[in-house]
Amino acid sequence: MSAPTPGRGPSGGWWRARLTSREGQTTTGRTLRFDVPGWPGHRPGQHLDVRLTADDGYQAVRSYSLAAPAAGETVELGVQTAPDGEVSPYLNEILPLGAEVEVKGPLGGWFVWTPEDRGPLLLVAGGCGVVPLMAMLRARRAAGATGDPCALLCSVRAPDELWYAKELADPTGTEDVRLLYTRQAPPGGDRPAHRLAPDDLEGLPASPETRCYVCGPTGFVEHATALLQSRGHPPGSIRTERFG
Amino acid sequence: MASLSPGFHGRGSRSLVERLPPGQYPTESFPVLSAGPTPHVPTDRWSFTVTGENGGSRSWTWDEMRALPQEQPVVDIHCVTRWSKFDTRWEGVSLDVLAAGVETSAGFVVAESFDGYTTNLPRADVTGGRAWLVHSFDGYPLSPDHGGPARLLIPHLYFWKSAKWVKGLRFTTEDEPGFWERAGYHDYGDPWREQRYWNDA
Repeated sequence: MSAPTPGRGPSGGWWRARLTSREGQTTTGRTLRFDVPGWPGHRPGQHLDVRLTADDGYQAVRSYSLAAPAAGETVELGVQTAPDGEVSPYLNEILPLGAEVEVKGPLGGWFVWTPEDRGPLLLVAGGCGVVPLMAMLRARRAAGATGDPCALLCSVRAPDELWYAKELADPTGTEDVRLLYTRQAPPGGDRPAHRLAPDDLEGLPASPETRCYVCGPTGFVEHATALLQSRGHPPGSIRTERFG
Repeated sequence: MASLSPGFHGRGSRSLVERLPPGQYPTESFPVLSAGPTPHVPTDRWSFTVTGENGGSRSWTWDEMRALPQEQPVVDIHCVTRWSKFDTRWEGVSLDVLAAGVETSAGFVVAESFDGYTTNLPRADVTGGRAWLVHSFDGYPLSPDHGGPARLLIPHLYFWKSAKWVKGLRFTTEDEPGFWERAGYHDYGDPWREQRYWNDA
């Protein structure tokens, strides 16, 4: 396994990161882009720590997934506002454009995929769990088609909770993007709203060498990994990241 | 230089410094973090094996383990993903009891799990009354997502060292980095010294 050694930031491993843009993805989800001078790059699926400091020196740190492959000194995060959260509401609503926070990373050496990882790829996202998987999908698109099949299953409660709607509506030739609604389906759809079911995986890569990545809330990940195993994916081929 | 995170006041407690390791925040919930699918291990097929560096070993079935002296530790736990949870209540067997099952003078131990997960520790950290094999949480059997039927509980280190679905301990003369220890995380993992990642002192 290759090294995900966090970059040595100028201050104890922490880099200064300046907010350059913020855009809404869903009612509570935002894309935040930061300029991080000296950022060493990262691999799709990795995350970083964000540290906030109050005037009295109090600090709070949380981890967020990187939503895009390495692009110079720009990092893109996907941040979901946690109800009663201490850090995410500040990042999503209060941090002014041009202001700085501190970040440490890249972090995580297991839930990663790079275009050199050949073979079928199956990405399964619950809600904002799509964020690290989007970094993988975008890296794959940037690398160009290899002939390896790739599928993204994106489970959300309702259409207005779908992240990256525009990009996902425009799959490349070797991608199978399936949007699954669990509570409220868009009008005119042919799949009634229900939780991820075996039928939703029909026709997707099923060979044992398929690389499976599952990210979402704990209950979703437990359910999705059970489904994947029941269609023959070995436990060792399934990598997970859970939250909540 | 402009101040960092302007307008951030924070509402975490400033008075938990005695109890909260640096960079952690307290949580009431019990988040689940695992690298892969949750294995489901029935207790009638469960066993726990301690292996010495010279090959000697000792195993316990579920019923044999439950017949050993039980302890009820109440401890604070600290996850490297930055949550800490206070006063968690467990029941299980001290690793001192299990480690005594084999002759060993090894300096290290590898905990091995049913799903292939491994984590490494100095032997001194699994003895001396501060590490357990636990099967109950808060008075109930430990659920599979939290590592049931049984996991390690080593609360003085980051919680990835408390291997879920554990099936044994293997004593080793050399330090053998485990799953997360090979994937960027600190070899020892002391939360009070904030030993999260490879570069941390």
